[in-house]
Amino acid sequence: MTTGHAIVARALTRRFGDFTAVDGISFDVAQGEVFGFLGANGAGKTTAIRMLIGLLAPSDGEAVVAGCNVRSETETLRSRIGYMSQRFSLYDDLTVRENIALYGGIYGLDDAAIRARGDRMLRDLDFLASGDAFVRALPLGWKQKLAFSVALLHEPSVVFLDEPTGGVDPITRRQFWELIYAAAARGTTVFVTTHYLDEAEYCDRMSIMVDGRIAALGTPGDLKAQHGVRTLDDLFVQLARGSAGANA
Amino acid sequence: MTAVSVRALAKRFGDVTALDGVSFDVEPGELFGLVGPDGGGKTTLFRVLTTLLLPDAGHATVLGQDVTRDLWSLRRRIGYMPGRFALYADLSVEENLGFFASVFGTSVDEGYALIAPIYQQIEPFKTRRAGALSGGMKQKLALSCALVHRPDILFLDEPTTGVDAVSRREFWDLLARLSSDGLTIVVSTPYMDEASRCDRVALMQSGRVLAIAPPAQIGEQFPRPLVAVRAANRFALLQTLRALPDVASAWPFGETVHVSDRRTGLSAVQVASALEGALRSSGLDDVSATPISPGIEDTFIELMGRPSETSAA
Repeated sequence: MTTGHAIVARALTRRFGDFTAVDGISFDVAQGEVFGFLGANGAGKTTAIRMLIGLLAPSDGEAVVAGCNVRSETETLRSRIGYMSQRFSLYDDLTVRENIALYGGIYGLDDAAIRARGDRMLRDLDFLASGDAFVRALPLGWKQKLAFSVALLHEPSVVFLDEPTGGVDPITRRQFWELIYAAAARGTTVFVTTHYLDEAEYCDRMSIMVDGRIAALGTPGDLKAQHGVRTLDDLFVQLARGSAGANA
Repeated sequence: MTAVSVRALAKRFGDVTALDGVSFDVEPGELFGLVGPDGGGKTTLFRVLTTLLLPDAGHATVLGQDVTRDLWSLRRRIGYMPGRFALYADLSVEENLGFFASVFGTSVDEGYALIAPIYQQIEPFKTRRAGALSGGMKQKLALSCALVHRPDILFLDEPTTGVDAVSRREFWDLLARLSSDGLTIVVSTPYMDEASRCDRVALMQSGRVLAIAPPAQIGEQFPRPLVAVRAANRFALLQTLRALPDVASAWPFGETVHVSDRRTGLSAVQVASALEGALRSSGLDDVSATPISPGIEDTFIELMGRPSETSAA
């Protein structure tokens, strides 16, 4: 397989009974790239992500993520990736620092490393004063930023973000993307899903899934030019509407 | 008679002020949008207007009826689609619809003409359990259930959150059709692009209304000339812009960064050429800056950034 790629997927497929959720998708993501993974509800994004992070075995095809085969090297894979799912990433009944300690411990960091990285994270986020606050007391936007930073605590080479900015105000949404840029500038590969098409513009490259397949893949600018559309919103509707009956 | 009249409405939950003196009117037949992030007070406002929650202070009428005194007669006349999926997951599509019709003492047949444009899209799946529907189908069923008793006003709390762009567009097409038939609709959304499809929008933040206007006029409330700047390396562009002393605001918007200048008396064209010059001297040579008209999201960010200067409109 290609070296220098954070993610390599080849004919990756997942069937559930008669239903093919992911239908032979192939793509590469370079190390340090911000890759947008778009698609309508039910297009197969979540199933694809679950295969890429080693939670679901492919029915066919293969994928290598952070140098690990997603079928056979799931343990090593999990230590090299971070994952932030929509809204379920932190424990509400623990404080900010307790959450950091919990995740650090799960990823095998020692106490000194947890303290050092936790302090640096809270300072970067300007959250030092809130370290002992319960997570449930934080505004949603803070939780999302914290969850992202916690997913980076063990310094993974690839981080997967599943709709990280849903429901968040327009300023926090943009601050979140600055955290993404900063992580990418440090060399972390960012694989992100979103329903906000303006956010897809912030990605280096993006794909659009339709009915289990990748219907478009490229830089936002190239895709708009290729399909002769003015905005990514128009492109998304053009590609996904053909299958609207299936996921109406 | 106004369809909704809200005056100095306030509601606290412990230390949290969910509504902080909200006032506005909605005219009959209007498609009225409440736009703002989670925690802005939109859901609390819906719960007061649908008679599910008593306000601490202030006053509200819906269809001329007081939301705290006339709740029983009012409840028959309103349709409400809550933000969380609130149908019975174990009942089928048609059982859910029949249940909501019977609660209001009517039948699916009596309401069918009104819901047909929406319900016919999910009718092929009418024996499927509601819990097994896709997100877009659940949303259409929920809207059908909120409409089956032919209400005089419809309240929709974030009906499109978590729904993809195609389903969002279709849903707003449905709302436009209902609105053109004369139904009054109050709808909330965190998506600024959806606000442009309303007759008027109220921007809400921290329990306050920051601005109310037709969508096209919201942008006019932006206080300075605005310029869209592009460069290949957007992160470097953003950091460079933030370090320039005359830059008042710089926020990423899709493929560009929207920038305003704090100096008064400069036109947008002058700001654009000044920015291009300043960025080139900072080492970014592939920049271009174009004057643009501020949109709803520009204004919202601007108003959010200085909450102390704003008051409930």
